[in-house]
Amino acid sequence: MNSTNYILGFILAMTAIVAIMLTGLREVTKAGAERNEAIFNKRAILMSVENYLGGKTVKQLSDDEVENIFQNQVEQVVLDVQGQELELESIQAEDIEMGKERKKADEDRKWPLFIFNEESTGDKFYILSVRGNGLWDEIWGNIALKSDLETVAGAAFDHTGETPGLGAEIKDNASFRKQFQGKKINDEGGEFTAVIVRKNGARNDRNEVDGISGATVTCDGVTDMLKEGIQYYQPYLNKLRQGSEIQGALIK
Amino acid sequence: MADTNVKAAPVQEKEPLFQFGKKERKLLSDPLNDNNPITVQVLGICSALAVTSLVYPSVVMSIAVIFVCGFSSLFTSLLRNYIPKQVRMIVQLVIIASLVTVVELTLKYLNYPIYKQLSVYIGLIITNCIVMGRLEAFAMANKPWRSFLDGIGNGLGYGAILIIVGIVREIFGKGSLFAGSPIEMKLIGPTAEYFINTETSTLFGWYANNNLMVLPAAAMFIIGIMIWIQRSFNKKLVDIS
Repeated sequence: MNSTNYILGFILAMTAIVAIMLTGLREVTKAGAERNEAIFNKRAILMSVENYLGGKTVKQLSDDEVENIFQNQVEQVVLDVQGQELELESIQAEDIEMGKERKKADEDRKWPLFIFNEESTGDKFYILSVRGNGLWDEIWGNIALKSDLETVAGAAFDHTGETPGLGAEIKDNASFRKQFQGKKINDEGGEFTAVIVRKNGARNDRNEVDGISGATVTCDGVTDMLKEGIQYYQPYLNKLRQGSEIQGALIK
Repeated sequence: MADTNVKAAPVQEKEPLFQFGKKERKLLSDPLNDNNPITVQVLGICSALAVTSLVYPSVVMSIAVIFVCGFSSLFTSLLRNYIPKQVRMIVQLVIIASLVTVVELTLKYLNYPIYKQLSVYIGLIITNCIVMGRLEAFAMANKPWRSFLDGIGNGLGYGAILIIVGIVREIFGKGSLFAGSPIEMKLIGPTAEYFINTETSTLFGWYANNNLMVLPAAAMFIIGIMIWIQRSFNKKLVDIS
């Protein structure tokens, strides 16, 4: 029993059995797990337009309802750095992993954009994905703009490892993200500022929100993330703005 | 020699496979108090500090550890006469790791949000000293049924402490109970909306959440106080030599 051959045989046999069993289990659960993950990500995206989901919160939506909304009310667009829409058959906006994209050079990056059509009024919301650094690790979020492309309709954030009760409040504290509703991403002069998370309280109502005490680094991270993240969408947003101006002129 | 062995064997086999007597009951109850893995043996502290800021993840973690602990003991005990002594630790580790992977895959399939919340710590059950410790100390030398009970018992002992710590930390740190689960409730302190002065809360609205309770350090204090209380009641644990 103590011979080398026995030990070798035992180890090999055990490894093979364990490997086969685990692979089997993985194959069985794979489809379900992938669906769960997709729905988890979709919920995160819908979180930024929570007020416009017909009176339900994202939590109250069932998995099927989330799928339905994405199928019927959400257009997915993939953008490059110049703001051009990319025609890709293989990937949709929801498949883009911002964490991986962020490590690439700007020219190779892709940005996901979700256009949410509200059911009752037909209003369009543009949901932008942003990603940045918190105190310990990455933070990310989705921010929805109203069709004037200036007013924030809502925002939602998530993180990998911010301190619970402090930095993690950007996700856990619903009132933090609710502050973003109705803020503008431009100042009075039309200059792009994004939304600033201000320590010791917002200084103006237009584009600043209150920071979380004890989480200054995370809050500054949110500010930087929004500024950098929205900036990347500006070429596309500018095109839309011009388009609507021309349309406006034609109607006049 | 050979004769005695042959005679001894049938006597042992008369013992029923699934007996549940005094000894077996002790295997389950001992880890809850006299031999608790956390408060007496001081094992598995790392995860006890990390996952207990909320009750719901603590409960899921406890169930996962009970499962891994029980079944790894069972499988190790079944294989104990075939495992080569030189590689026994590696074999135990493979058994634990594969069971943890089973937990991870199942959780991903059944409840993705909680899997996201616990992800790292589920993987870290592999390094939880309680599991490995029970395999080395008990399962390698005992029959499958008893080893299984011992594993379950130690998992329960670990889980009980985890849930108590989780309850204390969540009530004082967040003012809620079972946050994130379907039966989430708000107990004390202002609701989240109070933060921007739109709504005030129900009970003890003046209570400000204690941010220390949210940090892992709080669990250290709570476990310390629990050890103190346990020792003042259970004189067996106090060494008076």
